[in-house]
Amino acid sequence: MSRREAEPRPGRIRKPIGWSMIVIGVLVAISAFLVYRRDGIDGVTAILTNDLALFGGILPRVLAGCLLGAFIAEILPHEKVSQSLGPQSGLKGLLIGTAFGAILPGGPFTAYPVASALLSVGADFGATIALVVSWTLIGYGRAVAWELPIMGTDFTLWRLVISLPLPVLAGALGRFVYIRMYPKGAPPRVPP
Amino acid sequence: MTAALIIDILLWGSVAAVGSIALRRGRSVLTASLREGSMDFINIVPRIALGVIGSGYIAAVIPQEIITGWLGPDSGWLGVTTAVIAGAATPGGPVIGFSLGAVALKSGGGAPQVIAYVIAWALFAFQRLLLFEIPFMPARFVWFRAAVSLPIPFLAAALAMAIGRP
Repeated sequence: MSRREAEPRPGRIRKPIGWSMIVIGVLVAISAFLVYRRDGIDGVTAILTNDLALFGGILPRVLAGCLLGAFIAEILPHEKVSQSLGPQSGLKGLLIGTAFGAILPGGPFTAYPVASALLSVGADFGATIALVVSWTLIGYGRAVAWELPIMGTDFTLWRLVISLPLPVLAGALGRFVYIRMYPKGAPPRVPP
Repeated sequence: MTAALIIDILLWGSVAAVGSIALRRGRSVLTASLREGSMDFINIVPRIALGVIGSGYIAAVIPQEIITGWLGPDSGWLGVTTAVIAGAATPGGPVIGFSLGAVALKSGGGAPQVIAYVIAWALFAFQRLLLFEIPFMPARFVWFRAAVSLPIPFLAAALAMAIGRP
C-alpha cells in the first residue's frame, strides 16, 4: 500500500473561495473603481499590466514552494522533526527554525507550504514561528529581490542586522504562551 | 546573472534535491508528493491572482501622505505605533511596503519608525494574512503567530533607537 489517502494531513482543508477572498475582492473592486474615476481607463490598464507581469514572475516560485512543501512533508521522518523542532527542542530548535527560515530560498509565499508541512510532521508552534518570522525578516529572497533595489543597501543591511535576534525571540514567546494556553498539549481537533 | 535568477536556481535546485530523495524512496512517493504539491498550487493561484493584481489598485488609492506623513523623526513611540498600524493596513505583495517605506524615508521619516513600518508590513499585512497564510497553514497557527509577533516591530524600533543609524 503506497497510497495514504485514508490519513489526510491536518490543516490542509482546501477552500478555493472563502470569506477572506470575498473581503479582499470587494476591496479590490472598490479600489479599481476609484482608480477609474480618478485616472480613467488608462490608469486601470497601466496598473493591470504592471501587476500581471509581477504575477507571472511570482507564479513559478509559488509552484516551487508548493512542491518543496509536499516533498518535505513526505520525506522528513516524523520522529527526527519532533526531536529537533518539537516542543522539547529548546533553544536549539528555535535556532534551527531560524536558520532554516533564513536559508529557505524563494520569493513571496514559498515558506508557508513548507511551514505547514513541518507542523504536520511534528514541529511545534515555537520553532515554526521562528521559521516564518526568520523567513519574513532575514530571508534573503525578499531582501535581495525587492528591498535592496527599493530601499537601498544601507537601510537593508541595517534592518537585517536589527532583525537577527527577532525570530528566536518570537519563537520563544510563542512557546511560552503556547504552554500556558494549552498545558496538556494541543487541543483535540474539531471533527469536520 | 541577476540576483533573482540566482534565487530561482537555488529554489528549483532545492526542489530537485528533495524530489530526488523522494524518488529514491519509490516512484509512488514521488508521484504522491507531486500530486499533492500541484493541487496546493492550483488552489492557491486564484488567491495570488487576486492578491497581486488587486494590491496594485488598493495601493493606488491609499493616500500615501497618511502613511508616510506621521512617521517623522520626532514622532517617537507614537510614530512607531502609527507605523505598526500603517504597516498592517498596507496591502501585501512583494513591493508596496518597501516602496512606501522608501517614500517615507525620502520625505524625512525617522529611521526607527520606517524600520517598524517595514517590519510590521512584512509580518502582518492584513491582506497577506487573509489571502495567503490562512489557506496554506492552519488558521490557529496563523493567528497565534501574528499575536506573538506583535511586540517584534516595537522591539526592532527600540533596537534601532539604541544602535542608531550607521
